[in-house]
Amino acid sequence: MSRAMFHARFSGAQRLLHWTMAAGIVAMLFIGVAMLSTVAPAYVPLVATHKTLGVALFALVLVRLILRLTLGAPPLPADLPPLMRLGAVLSHWALYGLMIVMPLLGWAMLSAAAYPVVLFGNVRLPPILPQSDSLHTLLWAAHRWLAFAFFALILLHVAAALFHALVRRDGVFEAMSPLPAKPTAER
Amino acid sequence: MSRSSSRSPLVPLAVIALVAGGSAAAFAYTAGWLSPERLTPARLVAALAPPGGPALGHRRNHAKGICFTGEFQSNGNGVALSKAKVFTAGAWPVLGRFNLATPNPNAADATVRVRGMGLQITTPDGDVWRSAMIDAPVFAVSTPQAFYDLLESAPKGPEAMKAFIGRHPEFMAFAGWAGSAPWTSSYAEDPFNSLNSFLFTDAAGTTRAVRWSLRPAATPVPITPEELTKKGPNYLEQEIAQRVAGAPQRWTMTVTVAEPGDNTADPTKAWPQGRRTIEVGTLVVNKVIAEPDGPCRDINFDPTILPRGVSVSDDPFPAARSSAYARSYDLRTSEAKDYPRTSAARSAKP
Repeated sequence: MSRAMFHARFSGAQRLLHWTMAAGIVAMLFIGVAMLSTVAPAYVPLVATHKTLGVALFALVLVRLILRLTLGAPPLPADLPPLMRLGAVLSHWALYGLMIVMPLLGWAMLSAAAYPVVLFGNVRLPPILPQSDSLHTLLWAAHRWLAFAFFALILLHVAAALFHALVRRDGVFEAMSPLPAKPTAER
Repeated sequence: MSRSSSRSPLVPLAVIALVAGGSAAAFAYTAGWLSPERLTPARLVAALAPPGGPALGHRRNHAKGICFTGEFQSNGNGVALSKAKVFTAGAWPVLGRFNLATPNPNAADATVRVRGMGLQITTPDGDVWRSAMIDAPVFAVSTPQAFYDLLESAPKGPEAMKAFIGRHPEFMAFAGWAGSAPWTSSYAEDPFNSLNSFLFTDAAGTTRAVRWSLRPAATPVPITPEELTKKGPNYLEQEIAQRVAGAPQRWTMTVTVAEPGDNTADPTKAWPQGRRTIEVGTLVVNKVIAEPDGPCRDINFDPTILPRGVSVSDDPFPAARSSAYARSYDLRTSEAKDYPRTSAARSAKP
């Protein structure tokens, strides 16, 4: 039996990472579509923020993945319908996949366009690919379409979380809630 | 204890729908999908296309060009203005592109008034400085929105242009240059100007607004557009290739510092004569390479790619150009098959 079975909630570190990254990822998606639709002076800081935040989120997701694999997750309620259980499992691994893949796609895409990758504070990342028209096209399209898929998945995730919190009231939301546990919510 | 019978699930479901729908709407608004009037890079780049559509695989503007390599020989004087490594005394590798300001890669030389130079200087500290300059001393319009207005008005004929000038009288400074400045028959005889102002920050942390120029070492020999026409539609590229094969060509880079009160946000406004101007080094072009397989083809000369010690100013153009150039790059790289490279063996290059 995994240690996770003894926790009604995710650990404090996992909850902190979840909500920090949630804010960061939502910001990334909004910055992404904002910067691609403007020629205003804000374009330059938006792009710099997008790159910097993307790298920071990549570092955080690696920590998060380690915590998830070592600390595990609270079990889903036993009475959760099988389809919802499947959806929960699949969507969570899809979210992890996107969190890992999106920054790498962005970095690779910039590399394939021979752009220097410059973050705030003048941190410079090396290219991870040589310039290539075809790779750039492929990576750019993947980064863009997966971003839309990411946003759709987040909407679904939020809707499901609220469904657990407001309709089923089955403790799933509380497991990741940013608020301190209510006395009765602990086992 | 019943968790669902105590109240109807309709209210929570409405809350969920509101949160999801509101988030999606905010996302759509941010992306510009609800504001068709927003000046997006896609609209700006689309407006550059000639009536027959863009030349696939090519830059959407300054489409006709030829690559060069060489070095920037810094004399060290620029250190007084910027801490960028490129201004310390030394020679740094350069990659660039001579070009004509036209969306048509096959335009005849004498039909294009404005010439440009894309330049990339790299230094061993990993910094990359890219810029895209033109030979005009001032830009045509004050804002990116006005540039879009110009692109929309120009094809509609003299009446539309008259109306445009009524809205943007600043255009006359550029029009005056275009109508009176002598033409040359060589890129080597042309100056190239940053036009946009940037901020230089020195090692002590002092920041100054500057513009830079490349002044040709070769003496300009005036020529009329008619005489240039007679030399052939692609004379400029043949001439620069031959000229550089004979001897390296040079430009002196000068940096001009704004004084308080100078307009740094408007590239149609030249700064008064007599501003502090420093010669910071010499651009030496020693090889010219055709574009299809040339090293400049893969480069987006985005003017916001800057070394440490150089940053964008309150001039709105570098951001707009960066945004539009990225769009152009994304388009042309996805159309690479329409602009074939002539030698398949790129990797065979030394």
